[in-house]
Amino acid sequence: MAKSINITLKVWRQKDAKSKGHFETYHLENISTDSSFLEMLDILNEKLVDEHKEPIAFDHDCREGICGMCSLYINGHPHGYESEVTTCQLHMRKFKDGDVITVEPWRSRAFPVIRDLMVDRGAYDKIMQAGGYISVNTGGTPDANAIPISKEIADEAMDAATCIGCGACAAACKNGSAMLFVSAKVSQLALLPQGKLEAARRAKAMVAKMDELGFGNCTNTGACAAECPKSISLSNIARLNREFLCAKLKD
Amino acid sequence: MSLFLTQSSIGRKLVMSITGLFLILFLTFHMCMNLVAILSAEGYNAICEFLGANWYALVGTAVLAAGFIIHIIYAFWLTVQNRAARGADRYAVVDKPKDVEWASQNMLALGIIMLAFLGLHLYHFWSKMQLVDLIEMAGGDVCSQALENTTNGFYHIVNTFSSPINTLLYIIALAALWFHLSHGFWSALQTIGFNNTTWFDRIKWIGRIWATIVVLGFIVTIVMFFLDGFFGLNILPLLGA
Ligand code: HEM
Ligand code: SF4
Ligand code: FES
Repeated sequence: MAKSINITLKVWRQKDAKSKGHFETYHLENISTDSSFLEMLDILNEKLVDEHKEPIAFDHDCREGICGMCSLYINGHPHGYESEVTTCQLHMRKFKDGDVITVEPWRSRAFPVIRDLMVDRGAYDKIMQAGGYISVNTGGTPDANAIPISKEIADEAMDAATCIGCGACAAACKNGSAMLFVSAKVSQLALLPQGKLEAARRAKAMVAKMDELGFGNCTNTGACAAECPKSISLSNIARLNREFLCAKLKD
Repeated sequence: MSLFLTQSSIGRKLVMSITGLFLILFLTFHMCMNLVAILSAEGYNAICEFLGANWYALVGTAVLAAGFIIHIIYAFWLTVQNRAARGADRYAVVDKPKDVEWASQNMLALGIIMLAFLGLHLYHFWSKMQLVDLIEMAGGDVCSQALENTTNGFYHIVNTFSSPINTLLYIIALAALWFHLSHGFWSALQTIGFNNTTWFDRIKWIGRIWATIVVLGFIVTIVMFFLDGFFGLNILPLLGA
């Protein structure tokens, strides 16, 4: 049953990284509750283009919750209030007629605003480059069952591997800490035999990069896991601490 | 190697965690010691004498003070770094997710309440006990009356808690302590890396229960001495003088 609602949007507009930003208010009428949040922004942008105004810049790509490109701090929550969904999976049926929706970019020192709602999340890529991989000798494809891995371990590694690197964890954290992301990336590899070999070096390199890029110290408030669209568990952070401290103590 | 305790975020957190756990251990002993005062003045004063101005108690005091000082310095340091990491621009709308404990976001504020209390507490007890002995040992002038009471902890307890204001201030500080520990205990274990999916909720509950036992132990002692002194019941210590 298609229904439509009228909403008011307060959107952060900022010309470029250096300019001072401000909130702009927009009224939208007859927004179908079947549309997604990003489609609603598309409608707004078309309207702005028709009015010869600058459309709002926001990140998006797959629009199905797998690429990690979309962002947006919606009414005080990264990816909106709904749990376990990304912004692109958020639908307008979750809003009521007459709602005022405040949309802000991720705010964290390590994620500078590029324009409007777009931020530079290159910091996460740099952390990955510091060690979020395994070094393999390419050769013949190994037999799938050559290295047995228990179901529990495989599940835990897979759960950690669902992290899409969206940055909501650091955006939600009052300390601007990237620990949930880094711990997911360290865990998905450290849990498996292929990744274990380089686990100590990896944990040290990724944490060093994370600190260098200006992310904060984790105080275990848990806002990251509460807001993470992929429900990455806080126990990954304990694992990262363990991997890192053991590696340092061995040095 | 030890540079990581200042130069890496997890290293700094480890210092916070170890000093925090050490302080929890200290408070647990302190609470048990206080319960003795309810039972026996002699017993309590014997402990005070044992922990008076002798070398091992002084070493203990110094280690304890170091624990507090390091914890507090790191607390401010981490908080300053974390505020900076948040960036200059703040969110216009913030809505705390329901899974986030209030205490976890207010550890510094709770700590500052406890720090103010610590000053008061040292004035009420330490400055009248170990400090007087130390001044006397250093050849300073102390009146004989003060010197007589340096190991009479029981006397100082009765004195302090005959005042409703002191009693109230102590209870406020203990409430802050409860909140601090309700988050601090599991957070410290998480920081050390001693946690996993199975133990996650268990550790949280152990922390809450431990915090409750410690805080209740302190409050029971305080309230009993307050009621005894304020209403002149004279039933303490329970096992006679
Ligand atoms: C009675 C004394 C105290 C005890 C038993 C205690 C205990 C703890 C524990 C166990 C933690 C958790 C450590 C971790 O997350 O790894 C902690 C964190 C913290 N404490 Fe205390 N604390 C005490 C006094 C103070 C004082 C006086 C202050 C500040 C003035 C303070 C400020 C903090 C802050 C800001 C944190 C959070 C920092 C973080 O998690 O990184 N504490 N405390
Ligand atoms: S841990 Fe969750 S919130 Fe953080 S980057 Fe990965 S998916 Fe996004
Ligand atoms: S656009 Fe790809 S996850 Fe949202």
